[in-house]
Amino acid sequence: MATLTKISKPKGPSVREVLGRSDYAIIGELILPRTKVLDLGCGDGELLQWLSENKEVDGRGIEINGAKVQRAIARGVSVYQGDIDQGLEDYPDQAFDYVILSQTLQETRQPLKVLSEMLRVGRHAVVAFPNFGHWSVRLAHLFSGRSPKTKLFPYEWYDSPNIHFLTVRDFESLAKKEGWVVERRIFLAGRRGITFLPNLMAEVAVFLIRKRSEGSRELD
Amino acid sequence: MLVETHYVRFDQLALDCGETIGPVDVAYETWGELNADKSNAILILHALSGDAHAAGISRETGKPGWWDNMIGPGKGFDTSKYFVICSNVLGGCRGTSGPSSINPVTGRPYALAFPVITIADMVRLQKMLIDYLGIPKLLAVAGGSMGGMQALQWAVEYPDSVAAAIPIATTARHSAQQIAFNEVGRQAIMADPDWNGGNYYDGKPPARGLAIARMIGHITYMSDESMREKFGRRLRQKEKYGFDFSVDFEVESYLRYRGTQFVDRFDANSYLYITKALDYFDLSNGKPSLAAAMERATARFLVISFTSDWLYPSYQSLEIVNALRSHNRDVAYCELASNYGHDAFLVEVGEQTEVVRGFLASTFREKG
Repeated sequence: MATLTKISKPKGPSVREVLGRSDYAIIGELILPRTKVLDLGCGDGELLQWLSENKEVDGRGIEINGAKVQRAIARGVSVYQGDIDQGLEDYPDQAFDYVILSQTLQETRQPLKVLSEMLRVGRHAVVAFPNFGHWSVRLAHLFSGRSPKTKLFPYEWYDSPNIHFLTVRDFESLAKKEGWVVERRIFLAGRRGITFLPNLMAEVAVFLIRKRSEGSRELD
Repeated sequence: MLVETHYVRFDQLALDCGETIGPVDVAYETWGELNADKSNAILILHALSGDAHAAGISRETGKPGWWDNMIGPGKGFDTSKYFVICSNVLGGCRGTSGPSSINPVTGRPYALAFPVITIADMVRLQKMLIDYLGIPKLLAVAGGSMGGMQALQWAVEYPDSVAAAIPIATTARHSAQQIAFNEVGRQAIMADPDWNGGNYYDGKPPARGLAIARMIGHITYMSDESMREKFGRRLRQKEKYGFDFSVDFEVESYLRYRGTQFVDRFDANSYLYITKALDYFDLSNGKPSLAAAMERATARFLVISFTSDWLYPSYQSLEIVNALRSHNRDVAYCELASNYGHDAFLVEVGEQTEVVRGFLASTFREKG
């Protein structure tokens, strides 16, 4: 994910950055003040600390890396050292207003299970992921004939943490199939927010979703 | 920093076993200053063989406290910010009433006439001390091993009196393996003829039995790796095997030394009573589940375990964490990497210091 912070210099109207990351700025805008937030794969807790200081949220995190968990706790963030593939089981239903999954969906073993669990324990889910449909990925694959290696996906196939690649269109169709309501969709190319041909042009997609409420028919 | 042990006497204490004892003495020490609104007090809870002297240099003995690396100005429990208290547990032998104390009925040491006590009894007495000190709500209760059990008990029994709890290298219920090791220790003491049914205060204490109990304890506090590093197969002051049953190996020498040294500072009957209290400890007792038992605990939690601790393995800490998460409580959990086994919470304090310091600071900001 370090590479995502180094996305190319902005040419158009740029998105504000939070902690050097535009996806954090978007997440910061989506989350309402004084809510309960769970951040999955929260690293050393910098986003949660920012949300707590700037939005007065009551934040919790889950992170697998012990050193990052220690840094998060040392900065005062309540983080649980564990695996997000299993880590949500013990939380009661609707325990949080928002559950955040930033740049980690593609690393989970069971993405659909993780997303379903997020919508069980949270009223809303915020999902940010690198778009495998971006033109640079398509070109890299087309011309090299090898597993694409790009700025967004910088790893060799054998040492990549990414095990489930997905595109903007993949996520949209899963949301439709599962009956989730997409409340907001934001697409980023570098630090620019874009709307045109997102599946081809977006480097990072941020979705705010929720479950369709019982018995209602809503358009998404 | 010289510290003095203080004593306070309470008229009586009602126990889980149904009996009431009295008077009850409590030995305690304090470090730092209580602030004006009494919101910066931290109660430190000691393990099986600990005492009230957790930090600083004892005025009486000249020795440093058992958690001196964690408690003091600028340390994890920063005494320039917080008022830190530690008391000897009920059933102990370091100033708080226990089997070696004088039974007011007979004018002689209680010995086995002392009622069997529980972790909850220890905590009830600590609550009396905190009330006596005029502290309405503790910023935190913290301890490792048996100290962690007391921290859990505090959080469940007195939820309005604790803002945060830090149980370290501990469990919410003693396992069969933990009970088994304690039972071997107790049998070693009781098999020593000098134990004499607990009545040895006029004569020789059961030194051999207590030393063996301590040797077993020490093995469970270390790890295979830490023992390999510390002793390996090195011989003790000899080049070849002795072909007899004197000390051959360094590890034998170490255990014998630790065992005999323990006899000078610990009472064998206290060892029996306190290990029994450990074995009886089960927060879920009488409840449908541990989660149900922990519903009352509303404090913030920091739970810490250590990778090489096989006596109180991480899965037991996770049981606590998961029970708390099922009520959506504010809980932080980390498993710190260490080779030192169960002893890690006493010796490997670098990372522990960082997480404790940050956790306390944020708790103090929010709730202090």
